[in-house]
Amino acid sequence: MIPRFRNLLGTEPLSREQIEFILDQTRAFQEFQRHPLKKLATLRGKTVALAFFEPSTRTRISFATAASRLGADTMNLQAESSSLKKGESLLDTVWTLEAMKPDIVVMRHSSSGAAEFVARHIDVPVINAGDGSHEHPSQALLDALTIRDRKGSLENWNVTILGDILHSRVARSNIHLLSKFGVRITLCGPPMWLPRELELLAPNIRRVWRIEEALDGADVVMVLRVQTERMHEPALPADEYIRRYQLTPERLRLARPDAMVMHPGPMIRGLEIDPAVADGPQSCVLEQVTNGLAVRMTLLFHLISAPATDAPHPAKDSHASD
Amino acid sequence: MRVVEKRQLLSAEEMDRTLQRLAHEIVEKSGGTADLALIGIRRRGVPLSERLAKSIAGFSGVNVPVGTLDITLYRDDLSTVAPQPVVQSNDISFPVDDRDLVLVDDVLYTGRTVRAAMNGLFDLGRPRRIRLCVLIDRGHRELPVAAVFIGRTVDTSDTEIVEVRLQEIDREERVMLVDRVS
Repeated sequence: MIPRFRNLLGTEPLSREQIEFILDQTRAFQEFQRHPLKKLATLRGKTVALAFFEPSTRTRISFATAASRLGADTMNLQAESSSLKKGESLLDTVWTLEAMKPDIVVMRHSSSGAAEFVARHIDVPVINAGDGSHEHPSQALLDALTIRDRKGSLENWNVTILGDILHSRVARSNIHLLSKFGVRITLCGPPMWLPRELELLAPNIRRVWRIEEALDGADVVMVLRVQTERMHEPALPADEYIRRYQLTPERLRLARPDAMVMHPGPMIRGLEIDPAVADGPQSCVLEQVTNGLAVRMTLLFHLISAPATDAPHPAKDSHASD
Repeated sequence: MRVVEKRQLLSAEEMDRTLQRLAHEIVEKSGGTADLALIGIRRRGVPLSERLAKSIAGFSGVNVPVGTLDITLYRDDLSTVAPQPVVQSNDISFPVDDRDLVLVDDVLYTGRTVRAAMNGLFDLGRPRRIRLCVLIDRGHRELPVAAVFIGRTVDTSDTEIVEVRLQEIDREERVMLVDRVS
């Protein structure tokens, strides 16, 4: 029996078995995306609170669509219209949401640790949909699923992550997850975004300054978005970033011939990635999006449908004997 | 609470004979094998449906398509029964539209599994007809559901359990009636 988890706050606390369980469980939901009728009643009457204190388009739509396909309703709190703007504290906002009786809270916040903080103060499960530069576990799970589907397993690949590693919660969640499977991780980007502390996150991590060296022998290349809001930082104008770090078809040829190219989106064509790579046969960007739905349906299904207590259950499953 | 075996309902040999008869009945009452397809409900409906198809192929020479259906997402008792539900994928490689489907399961009891299975099938398309085939009908229906093809009808009490053991899953081949005693 795999230990259940009540909240999904990050990939760091998950065991390898728990991760494998989630990935195995996505199978049925992947198949479901191909159904002519994409609507289940499984979570009918359940409510998913989407509390996005930081703007988000794709993650919010993905969770909202996952909820809707499972038959659940959603309540939406968005950064732009948030009462946070009027000075309400995070806890007051969350307690107000909780008072409307959702069955789960999916939250994003610009502060690292915000999801864990909220989970300690409310009685419903919390899914972290991104907290500052800390974690974004559902993204790492969908990335792992995409790798496993294409490569047949997760073990022992060479994964290169390119870009602003320091500020990236996607990178951190991926590092924690992949390192549990013996993946060798190469981090590459401008030195100011690549502090030595990153090597302490997990074993088998190395930092590399030259993109050519980082790509050599890579089985998977994850390109991170360049957060243009950070480009004003000294010593890195956009054209310099393009010249040194953009993933171009020429550079990609240094990786394994069957190397996968991934990007969590939103992707800025012509900045961190050459359009020819983004649209090329090695790109898995759209598979990632589709897999994201399956992963989020799996997470909502399991965190909502499993009972909150670990009390013993009736001896016989009425359906099993039916 | 203990579980004790009260009596054996079917031996391996009787199960085999029963399935042969059911296979013949299915073809006979369907007027042939055109559009016919079998859908096994996980778990024990799956090997049963495969055996029925094999039997049909044996006497008619026709390989009737067989699919597998998982009803976990269609259950009405998710938060009350399983400590950790495990979802399996469906495996139905043919369109169900306009098909003459026979759902196959081991035991018919409350009827809730069949209700769930039908909801699952409707999500995949619009079959022309759905009929039900079970190895054991033990009564105690909670929904208006009836099987057309029945291996054996057994009178049971509420506390009793019908246990179907199949070689493919349980490495044993028989059907037992067991009871819970406290």
